[in-house]
Amino acid sequence: MDLKLKVWRQKSGEEKGKIVDYDAKDVSPNMSFLEMLDVVNEDLITKGDDPIAFEHDCREGICGSCNLMINGQAHGPHQGVTSCQLHMRSFKDGDTVYVEPWRAKAFPVIKDLVVDRSAFDRIIQSGGFVSINTGGAPDANALPIPKVDADIAMDAATCIGCGACVASCKNASAMLFVSAKITHLGLLPQGKVEQKERVKKMINAMDKEGFGNCTNQYECEAVCPKSIKRDFIRRMNRDYILS
Amino acid sequence: MSLDSKIPSGSIEQKWSNHKADIKLVNPANKRKFNIIVVGSGLAGASASATLAELGYNVKTFCFQDSPRRAHSIAAQGGINAAKNYQNDGDSVHRLFYDTVKGGDFRAREANVHRLAEVSVNIIDQCVAQGVPFAREYGGHLANRSFGGAQVSRTFYAKGQTGQQLLLGAYSALSRQIGLGAVKMYPRTEMVELIVVDGHAKGIVVRDLVTGKLSTHMADAVVLGTGGYGNVFFLSTNAKNCNVTATWKAHKKGAFFANPCYTQIHPTCIPVSGDHQSKLTLMSESLRNDGRIWVPKSKGDKRNPADIPESERDYYLERKYPSYGNLSPRDIASRAAKEACDAGLGVGESGQGVYLDFADSIRRLGEPKIRDRYENLFQMYEQITGENPYKQPMRIYPAVHYTMGGLWVDYNLMSNLPGLFVIGEANFSDHGANRLGASALMQGLADGYFILPYTIGNYLAGAGFNSRPSEDHPEAKKALSDAEETTKKFLSIKGKRTVDSFHRELGKLMWDKCGMARNDKGLKEAIAKIPQIREEFWQNVNVPGSGAELNQSLEKAGRVADFLEFGELLCLDALTREESCGGHFREEYQEEGEAKRNDDKFCHATAWEFNGVGKKPTEHREKLEFENVHLATRSYK
Repeated sequence: MDLKLKVWRQKSGEEKGKIVDYDAKDVSPNMSFLEMLDVVNEDLITKGDDPIAFEHDCREGICGSCNLMINGQAHGPHQGVTSCQLHMRSFKDGDTVYVEPWRAKAFPVIKDLVVDRSAFDRIIQSGGFVSINTGGAPDANALPIPKVDADIAMDAATCIGCGACVASCKNASAMLFVSAKITHLGLLPQGKVEQKERVKKMINAMDKEGFGNCTNQYECEAVCPKSIKRDFIRRMNRDYILS
Repeated sequence: MSLDSKIPSGSIEQKWSNHKADIKLVNPANKRKFNIIVVGSGLAGASASATLAELGYNVKTFCFQDSPRRAHSIAAQGGINAAKNYQNDGDSVHRLFYDTVKGGDFRAREANVHRLAEVSVNIIDQCVAQGVPFAREYGGHLANRSFGGAQVSRTFYAKGQTGQQLLLGAYSALSRQIGLGAVKMYPRTEMVELIVVDGHAKGIVVRDLVTGKLSTHMADAVVLGTGGYGNVFFLSTNAKNCNVTATWKAHKKGAFFANPCYTQIHPTCIPVSGDHQSKLTLMSESLRNDGRIWVPKSKGDKRNPADIPESERDYYLERKYPSYGNLSPRDIASRAAKEACDAGLGVGESGQGVYLDFADSIRRLGEPKIRDRYENLFQMYEQITGENPYKQPMRIYPAVHYTMGGLWVDYNLMSNLPGLFVIGEANFSDHGANRLGASALMQGLADGYFILPYTIGNYLAGAGFNSRPSEDHPEAKKALSDAEETTKKFLSIKGKRTVDSFHRELGKLMWDKCGMARNDKGLKEAIAKIPQIREEFWQNVNVPGSGAELNQSLEKAGRVADFLEFGELLCLDALTREESCGGHFREEYQEEGEAKRNDDKFCHATAWEFNGVGKKPTEHREKLEFENVHLATRSYK
């Protein structure tokens, strides 16, 4: 199939960007979206043009590197899918596809479709961990954890930090991301000890980075490639009030 | 020069304890006088960085990703082994040690493997204490499952995302130290040169991938936790950016590269669908617990799998290896799949696939149970292939997955270059010629949390804290100018071919001639051809853009240039090792289709010394002694 691409090109964070048109020809339905971009890039390089910069690594839907706004939706049209796991069988011959970077003040554009998401790392560095040094941990089975709690903690811990929640929120709120970590650690006895401090520190860090607040529109949940639940935000808000 | 493995004396059970009691310590007040560079932030690099910082060293950590949380360890699915014997099914440190030595086809170092089995127990405790949400039973205790190559249930897991959860655990420990200012983290920064002063590794040159700026960092010791080189094959299950550059640059500065021909082929990947393919996706081996592998008994049987009756199916692993069946080790399962496809029994459009069928398990356990165990893997499969594995069997085919070769290290995880430590997949030591499932995560964390933090002190205590040269040292300046020259050269060629086109060409050659099976003729062809591809690369590659910006083509060019040198060494190693063992299958050395080892001639690790690009490297051998697990033919029948 042949597609028309409209891609955001921006040389650097300091320069203005614009949408540029490209043709993607002979696209196989078995290609991933990123493989389609690879082919477009090979063509651009051969023609002497600058290839489109986009971020990717594992291409298995787990590292969280890939981050494309595809037709206005973070990671494209499907629920629970990253851009690298979106396959071209989801498109039809002749479709026009817009490809843009995440848009948020806290995620400045570096080049084309690549943005700086280091704000997420700084939020984790503020307290998104259990403070334990290596060695001397008690036997793992010395502390039984109810399966139900462990399962919910796992559901929360599965966040890949891609930032789709921020990109799709009109306030560029990072609350789904932060609440996932707070829920994961807060449900486990090891994490409970520092929970109050953690909530305060992480929320302060989140505000400092320039992320907005939640106004309960749940776009974040709708686009999350790991189906992280909005309920976690409620849990975080409750923990914050109690802290 | 002789290779001194520095294996401690004493019985195998006592070696590590004795060694820890003997090694020199660094006074806590002196630790802050030492600077340590860690390159890589996967399971090995992140756990090492965090632990070294906790101890009080100044740590600088580098990764090329935008965040340490994205290291490729995150993609490991199935689990991590530990000799906890929580299941009371007869597991022990000795049995994990035994299985790992045997699984590695007697080409790993016994002392290292025993230590790995010993500390495996601490790893689980550590991770649970960090809040890693391992699967639990209803009683609240940890759940276990079995895994390929083992007859006990010793694998701990977090759904199909164990690597992710363990990495996030190590990342959180690292983040804590970054927050405390004990680790200075450099994301989007790639090591491009190693600095060696008076024979000791004392620093690195890095490129800031956003600004393009090259800079020099000096330290008292350098640690490489930079993963494996599977992407030399272009198509592999590795993340797209995994590369050999850091270890190869170290090799060019004198570090020996050991056993590069040991590349593991993973049996359960999604088959290739076309020429556009950029990488392969692995389906966790844990699927083999409940999936049965089969092909039709007759050639060219294109019927819908549901229409092929039981009597016309060949469950070849269960038939050939009745004791292990679908759980036979990776090299065996991979070769059996290749054999079936080579015999024309393969399924799917390309014929390069076999079925992994869950119908029996769904009948026996019900769909919800299977969903509970493997849901995300099934979803992933459906996204990629458009087929629903609850309704029809998955198609799988082997693919390059993990590399057991790497820089040679002694028992202290130090390379032959003093001050250069190599951990996790980047070193050669623990897996031998093959790796059992759920053992890579174990090694990464063992090295980073529990081994290197002890052994590095021994070196630093001996080196003293006034031995760090400055950035003005001639060797540092030379390394920086070499890196500048290389960048300029890439950008000046302005040829006609893209970097990827060279990478694909090299990868196809490597897979065809040095993939799942190798022979003398093919390897010689590859060794003749690789220098030609390399020469064309340096004449005809087109790297657009400049060196002073985010330039992904330039990043790739550096990595592919190194693969083009490294690939030749890999083939040479495969040619030199005239035996079959684990992931290295030489067609000339087999017995009824099974790999035939030659312990008389090849019971050693081969460590290659660099003599210049295009020049034959010097071969060194470390003889492997098997005093505790006696050399025996591996049989999984």
